[in-house]
Amino acid sequence: MPDAQTLDTLKKNIVARITTIESVEAGVETRLREIGFAEGDEVEALHFGLFGRNPMSVRLNGALIAMRRREAACIFVSPIHG
Amino acid sequence: MAEADVMIADNKTRAVRLALLGAPNCGKTSLFNALTGGRAKVANYPGVTVEYRKGAFTLPSGAPIELLDLPGVYGDCGHSMDERVAIDAVRGNLTGERAPDAIMFMMDASHVSTHLHNVLQAKNYGLPVVLVLNMMDMAARDGIDIDVQQLEAQIGVPVISCVAVRAAGRAHLLDYLQEWTGDVAANFAAKPEPEPGTLKELQAKARTISRGCVSRIQKAETFTQRIDSFVLHPVLGVVILFGILFFMFQAVYSWSGPAITAIEDSFVGLSGIVGGVLPEGWIRSLISDGIIAGVGSVIVFLPQIVILFAFILLLEASGYMARAAFLVDSLMAKVGLNGRAFIPLLSSFACAIPGVMAARTIENEKDRLTTIMIAPLMTCSARWPVYLLIVGAFIPASNVGPFNLQGLVLLGLVIVGIIFAMIMAFIFKRILARGVQSSLLIELPSYKTPVFKDYLRGLWDRAMIFVNRAGRIILPASIIVWLLGTYPNRDSGFEGTFAGMIGRVLEPVFTPIGFNTEIVFSLIPSMAAREVAVGTLGTLYALEETQIDDKLGGLLAVDWSLATALAFLAWFVFAPQCLSTFAIIKKETNSWRWPLITFAYLFVLAYLASLLTYHAALSFGWG
Repeated sequence: MPDAQTLDTLKKNIVARITTIESVEAGVETRLREIGFAEGDEVEALHFGLFGRNPMSVRLNGALIAMRRREAACIFVSPIHG
Repeated sequence: MAEADVMIADNKTRAVRLALLGAPNCGKTSLFNALTGGRAKVANYPGVTVEYRKGAFTLPSGAPIELLDLPGVYGDCGHSMDERVAIDAVRGNLTGERAPDAIMFMMDASHVSTHLHNVLQAKNYGLPVVLVLNMMDMAARDGIDIDVQQLEAQIGVPVISCVAVRAAGRAHLLDYLQEWTGDVAANFAAKPEPEPGTLKELQAKARTISRGCVSRIQKAETFTQRIDSFVLHPVLGVVILFGILFFMFQAVYSWSGPAITAIEDSFVGLSGIVGGVLPEGWIRSLISDGIIAGVGSVIVFLPQIVILFAFILLLEASGYMARAAFLVDSLMAKVGLNGRAFIPLLSSFACAIPGVMAARTIENEKDRLTTIMIAPLMTCSARWPVYLLIVGAFIPASNVGPFNLQGLVLLGLVIVGIIFAMIMAFIFKRILARGVQSSLLIELPSYKTPVFKDYLRGLWDRAMIFVNRAGRIILPASIIVWLLGTYPNRDSGFEGTFAGMIGRVLEPVFTPIGFNTEIVFSLIPSMAAREVAVGTLGTLYALEETQIDDKLGGLLAVDWSLATALAFLAWFVFAPQCLSTFAIIKKETNSWRWPLITFAYLFVLAYLASLLTYHAALSFGWG
């Protein structure tokens, strides 16, 4: 299944849909949800930092969120084709 | 007329208190400034709101309103200190503050579908909630259409559309507040239905609502996205950021010349008038050598301070600052710092005090402590007078290629501070927080044209803070320095005065780093504020000279060697002496440990840097 992919591995300008949000570390999931990430939302990776593609910025419902890849790894996505 | 008077009398009994709650950057502070005229109880530094601000205004009906401007917060968890302030304020848990009567929940209209669940969370505070959709004009421009009536019916709280920065855009809100406060007892008793469920469930509910009420016409590319494709580019973006910073420091020097000359000349003129009017004696010396030389030598830097803040505030208000945080995060991660540390560190360029306070936005406690301890290494505005004086006096104003050499040296000093901050952060993180991962999660706001009035107010406030410091700290310090530099016996030179004696006692410690008695003494009054060092030198050298029309820079250039001047600059890169910084670190960490460690490491670094610089300069023959 392609939905094992996480947001941090999403390529630039690929639109994907969020399937699950879960974090091992307490609080990360809550913070991601509070700032606006939710299941079913479309996300698109737009910009990457200079070293190791970190941090990254993600378009979410018209907002632009900057995050490190460690946080992005808690968001599971499935790319929308076509 | 009589009717209006009666209404005012009736409503005077108790102002309705409204809390402004909402995500960062949704325009709470703009609305607050527009409604209250910006007159807040708690002085806020430019940058993020970390303390709450309290203001008051009167509705056209005469009903008094009290408004609380709170730090931006997404949910109700309070991950960081500033978020906890906001949530405590709404819950009525702030000491000495009564709970608000209602919540004005502000939301950027462009981001309703992302943030709507935060309103559902806000309904659980047990207070009446009204949802204010701000920046409706920008949302419409970006092709977002919101069915306000439908949204109101579904979300279960009143919804008001608003453009906070325009009077016409606030009319709706004022009408509503007027009606709402018309019958406080009845209208404020209506509490919203609580919203049970987990955050995930609330999100699902909010998404269903927003799908029914918000439609978005896909536009090819918004203005913000077009700009961001350059500004957030991994390489080009960093080049642009450094270009902006470079231009900023060049401008501080290049644009301020005429204004500085004008201020200098007027102080020299003032001194001349005093010299002409008053007879030779201690009163003339106190006014001319003590007050005018002391205060004047600091006030003269006002134009440069204003230019610096004109840039910082513009970057802040336009939405660029969060982008800068994104761009430097890559580097921050390398030293183990939180990306959010950028904003406190940037505030520290104004003053370490708001910087240390802004560290409250950092969730991880260890990251917060590290940020607090390195904040004093950022070049605060109190250091500018020192840098500007010494650089102006000792570095030739020649050009290196297209660049002003003085501007380059200034930028170099700032960069050295930053490099040491990164090194210290790296060390502190290894000691304090082994294995604790830092993080970054911030929203990058859309670009905005700054509201001219808010911008000017911010600039005015900053300038006034600088001038007030000159009055409250530097004026009394100048008088004390004059006393110590004159008595008991000036006739036998500086050595015969109290200042000379104090300097003498401490001098052996500082001789290895090239400091003379005057410099050693000036370090003591500069505990009050770093720029007092300049005022102190101004007074001491004015006392030494018979000619009153000499400018301080010229006097120093004659009296000090280049090696001493460079060692003095090196000292001020670290400059441990600032009591207010230590007081705020003590307050924000609630312990003596962190301010003491900060003081100790800064002192050691300052001493070593001066020692190294002095001896390196001597070996170049600059003694």
